[in-house]
Amino acid sequence: MYEKDGEKYFVVDSHMHYWDASPENWVPGAEKYAEGWINCFHAYQGLAPAETHWSIEHFQKCSEQDLIKDVFEDGYVDVAVFQPTYLKEWYTDGFNTTERNGALSEKHPGKFVVNTRWDPREGDEGIKALEANVERWGSKGVKLYTAEWHEGSRGWTLKDPEAYRFLEKSQELGIKNIHVHKGPTIWPLDKDAFDVSDVDHAATDFPELNFIVEHVGLPRIEDFCFMATQEPNVYAGLSVVIGGLMHARPKFFAKVMGELLFWVGEDKMTFGSDYSIWEPKWQIEGFVDWDYPSDEFSDYPRVNVATKKKILGLNAAKLYGLEVPAECQLPADAGTPAAPDDAQLVDDGAKV
Amino acid sequence: MTDLATVDNAQVLAALEEVRDPELDESVTSLGFVASCTVSEDGFASVRLRLPTYFCAPNFAFLMVADAYDAVSGIAGVTRTEVILEDHFASDAINGGIAARSGFVDSFSGLAAAELDELRADFVRKAVLAGTDRVCRPLLAAGRTTEELAELALGDVPPSADRERLRSRRAELGLPSGDDAPLLIDATTGEAIGAQALPLHLRRARLTRVSLEANGGVCRALLSERYATSGLGQKEEVL
Repeated sequence: MYEKDGEKYFVVDSHMHYWDASPENWVPGAEKYAEGWINCFHAYQGLAPAETHWSIEHFQKCSEQDLIKDVFEDGYVDVAVFQPTYLKEWYTDGFNTTERNGALSEKHPGKFVVNTRWDPREGDEGIKALEANVERWGSKGVKLYTAEWHEGSRGWTLKDPEAYRFLEKSQELGIKNIHVHKGPTIWPLDKDAFDVSDVDHAATDFPELNFIVEHVGLPRIEDFCFMATQEPNVYAGLSVVIGGLMHARPKFFAKVMGELLFWVGEDKMTFGSDYSIWEPKWQIEGFVDWDYPSDEFSDYPRVNVATKKKILGLNAAKLYGLEVPAECQLPADAGTPAAPDDAQLVDDGAKV
Repeated sequence: MTDLATVDNAQVLAALEEVRDPELDESVTSLGFVASCTVSEDGFASVRLRLPTYFCAPNFAFLMVADAYDAVSGIAGVTRTEVILEDHFASDAINGGIAARSGFVDSFSGLAAAELDELRADFVRKAVLAGTDRVCRPLLAAGRTTEELAELALGDVPPSADRERLRSRRAELGLPSGDDAPLLIDATTGEAIGAQALPLHLRRARLTRVSLEANGGVCRALLSERYATSGLGQKEEVL
C-alpha cells in the first residue's frame, strides 16, 4: 500500500518478472541472442532515474531478497502478478517460467498471482501443459507472445483456429485474463508484428475473457486505441508506458496518458512495473504526484485521486478478484470515469 | 559529368537526410542513426548506420539500409557504395542482402514471405494522418473551426514545411496532393472528409501523431543510452 496526502492506494503490480538471464543459463550457440536480449532490457532501465540503475550483473539475475525488498518492502506493492516469458531457444531453463515464478510465490503466500502461458503451435502437448500449470499454480491469467519464433514459424495470431482452441480451453479451466504482449519484438516479419487486429477478433468472440494488451501496443498506440475503444473487454497494460516515458520523456508521457484516458478510459488501464526492468517505487511515487504539465493538455480527460487508485490497483484487483482493504476502496460516490466509453461522443473537435 | 573528386561527405550526408525511418517518418540523420559517412577520392562512399537497440525490428532496419544505399549510390560521382548496419542481431543478413542487392525475402531466407512495400505504405498512411494534425492544429489555434477546415484546400493553408511534408507523403501514396486538393482526406481512399466525420478524424490524427512522436522519443532515449556520441546530423526532437 502507498499512502500520500492522507490517501491510501492499494497497489497491484500487474506485470512483472523474476528472470534468470545469467550467462550460466545461456543456450550454447545462442549466446549472442541471450546476451543481446538482456542487454536490450538493461538499456530500457536507463530510461529510469539514475539512482535506480543496476549493474548488468545484478540485472541479469536478481535474488529473491532483492525482489521482495524492491517490490514489496520499498516498492509499496500489495500483490504482484508474475507474467512468464519462456524464450527457451536462448535460455536453457527458460528466461522467466511459470515454475520459477511459482516456486517463489509458494514461499510468500498471498503476495503473488502466478500466471502461465500457452502457444497454440504446441497442439495437444500445449493443452496438457496448460492444464497442468493451472492445476499446479492456480493460474487465473496467461501471458501470450504472438510474435514469438518457434521452430521456423514466424509467429501466430489470436485469430488462428488453434488459438481459439486454447482460448476455449483457458475459459474452461477458469482463466479470466489474457495478457497479450503487443510491444517490442524481434523476428523478421514481412508484416507488422505489432498488429493488434487479432485481439479485436478474439475479444469479440470471447466476451467472458478480458484481454489486457501489454505495453498498449507501443509503438502502435493508435491502432491499439482505435481497437480498444470498441471492445469493452480490452484493457491497456501500462507497463513500459510509465517506466519508459514518465521520467525520460515527460511531455510524451502526458500526451500518451491523455490519449489512453480519452480512448480507453481510467477503468480499463492497469499499472505494471515491468520489474526488474524498472523498480516499482519511483513509478508509483511519480505517478501519484503526476498531473499534466501545462494548459496545452486541457482537452484531455482530467486525472484525480480516484483515477490513480483505479490504475494503480483497483482495476487489476477487480480482474483478479483480489480483496481490497476498505480503507483503500473508493467511496461509493467516487463518480463516473473521466473518459467516455465511445469516441463517437467527441464533440469538442474545435479543440483537438 | 561531375569530376569524381568533387563528391564530399556533406553531399553524402545530404543524401542521407532524405532517408527516413519509415516507422517514425523522420530522417535517419536527425534521429542520430548515421554513425559515420566517408567518401574516398575515387568515389567510394562508405556509410555506417546504428539503431537504438540490438533487436530493433529487422524489417524497418532493412528498409533504412536499402534506402540509404539507393540514396548514396545515386549521387553523381559516387562509383561504389557500402552501407553497413552496426550492432544489430540481424546485421549479417541485412548487410549481406543489401550488398548483394537482394530483396528482404532472399535476405531472410525462410523467415519472410513478402517484400515490404505494403508495410511501407501502411506507415506512409500513418505519416499522412500525423501530418494532418501538424498542419491543422495551428489553424484551429488561430480560431478556424472544424467546419471551416472541411472546406479548405491544401493550397489555402499558409505555406509551411509541415504543409509540404504532408503534400509529399500524400503524393507518395498517389493521393490528391495539388493545391486544389481538399486539405482533409481519407489516407486510404483519398476521399474528402465531410464536416460530420471531421472531429473524430482529427482526434485520430492527433493520436497518430502522439504515437509516432512518443515512439521517436523512446528511440532517441534508447539510442543515447547505447551510444555516448551523437550521430552525424543528429537533432533533438521538437517537444
